[in-house]
Amino acid sequence: MSTTSTLPDAPPAKPAAPRGGRPALYHPTVARLTWRALLGRRRALMLFGLPVLMLVICAAVRGLAGADDSTANDILQGFALSSMLPLLGVIAGTGAIGPEIDDGAIVYLLAKPIRRSTIICTKLLVSIGITIAFSAIPTLLAGYLLNANGQNIAVAYAIATAVASVTYSAIFLLLGVITRHAVIVGLVYALVWETVIGNLVPGAQTLSVQQWALAVGAKAAHGDLVSSAVSLPTGIVLLVAVTVLATWYATRRLRTLKPVGDE
Amino acid sequence: MTTIGINAVSRWFGNVVAVNDITMSIGPGVTGLLGPNGAGKSTLINMMAGFLAPSGGSVTLDGTVIWRNEQAYREIGIVPERESMYDFLTAREFVVANAELHGLADPGAAAQRALATVEMEYAQDRQIETYSKGMRQRAKMASALVHDPSVLLLDEPFNGMDPRQRLHLMDLLRAMGADGRTVLFSSHILEEVEQLAHHIEVVVAGRHAASGDFRKIRRLMTDRPHRYLVRSSDDRALASALIAHGSTAGIELDKTERALRIQAIDFAGFTAYLPQIARDHGIRLYAVSPSDESLESVFSYLVTA
Repeated sequence: MSTTSTLPDAPPAKPAAPRGGRPALYHPTVARLTWRALLGRRRALMLFGLPVLMLVICAAVRGLAGADDSTANDILQGFALSSMLPLLGVIAGTGAIGPEIDDGAIVYLLAKPIRRSTIICTKLLVSIGITIAFSAIPTLLAGYLLNANGQNIAVAYAIATAVASVTYSAIFLLLGVITRHAVIVGLVYALVWETVIGNLVPGAQTLSVQQWALAVGAKAAHGDLVSSAVSLPTGIVLLVAVTVLATWYATRRLRTLKPVGDE
Repeated sequence: MTTIGINAVSRWFGNVVAVNDITMSIGPGVTGLLGPNGAGKSTLINMMAGFLAPSGGSVTLDGTVIWRNEQAYREIGIVPERESMYDFLTAREFVVANAELHGLADPGAAAQRALATVEMEYAQDRQIETYSKGMRQRAKMASALVHDPSVLLLDEPFNGMDPRQRLHLMDLLRAMGADGRTVLFSSHILEEVEQLAHHIEVVVAGRHAASGDFRKIRRLMTDRPHRYLVRSSDDRALASALIAHGSTAGIELDKTERALRIQAIDFAGFTAYLPQIARDHGIRLYAVSPSDESLESVFSYLVTA
């Protein structure tokens, strides 16, 4: 570069006219960066590995024990909904924003004329999409493998898993914004609260995302094998409330995030 | 023509005051923000970049408050100190993404232009994670320039660069400044700032210590009283000979150190006269050491000046 040259005959690169109307909830470039980061790293192995593991187990169970509705229910609830899903949620939800905040790359999103709410909502949508793709769809397949969707159990759990994906994504995305230890906190929450306490302690079940989602899924099942500790309206209200609150607070925290190293 | 206004700005973190009541105005051309590490330079730049709210006062861009004003980024380009970008992308993908995030009409063309400006076209299709430090710096520059901003903020841009990369970046920033852009960069190295900046703002311990062109700052730094610790074969005789000479403002006999503490007025004069005087009086010099030559002491002198 010679001293005399300036920007090579740059026509003014001023932005296209700002899109009018309501602020967008989704920015395609933010989404592209997010999913490439999510699927491009080592964590992608976990995303692929867990569903594959579940399908292998289900195939083995079917082969050894034959089709049985109650076994199908146990495996789909115990493995798909209460173990695999929260783990995938942690990976996708915290991974959608945590690493960028840790390494400082988030600054390239923040230093743009884009609303913070657009960044959060886009990342939430990507996280939901990935969690559903890697949990709800394998769960549906697993249900067919186990008992050929008897009593509509496969569909019920696929719905429950998809619904829970939304709320988990919002919760774990928030964790990714507010703490540098989001994966640890997320795992403790997912394994201790959702898996152990949510399954065993009756009172705590009403405060468990999987029970709320089960309430939704149970509507789709034909028998009474699939049941939830909460009623359908309670489940829906809590799912929506937690999702909205977590997203709102994540936006708020992103606004005051100090993205550049500490002096 | 864009001016950054910093008006009575303070910023504290808990009990620590990082920036203490600073007022300055940064206009077109290249401005160097000079100060020792931990002086508050990054905090100041973060506030100009809209990443940090001032605890008191206001930071403005042509009169508009920057904090919580995302639209300000249409005019501001930022080159952060930290290395990370989206390292899994190529430089071209990264700069195009930045152009899209700015909502530019033709992101591909804008990215190509920015990459040409920093001469990174030859490596634009390699992943950023394969880049050297200097190449990363240029990729960061390209991302900051892609929307043709009128303000460019750079936090310690020369850190870790080799001399050739340093010269290249200096040329680039000079060109930006000559173009009428407002370019602000921070550094803790006087020589760096002196070579590049027309205007220098000095920050020490969170306070605004000096402001002016580099000649003025240089003079402030070299004209200050210099302190020396001198050991000789006859301290008292040397002291009396020195005090008779005009280059010395004060001498103290330090009995515990068994040495003279000398405050010199005229830096060049003193260092030339001291050996002469010693020889004329038959005194042997055992040790002559400047006692406050560290950058921190130079800066702290400026604060009290």
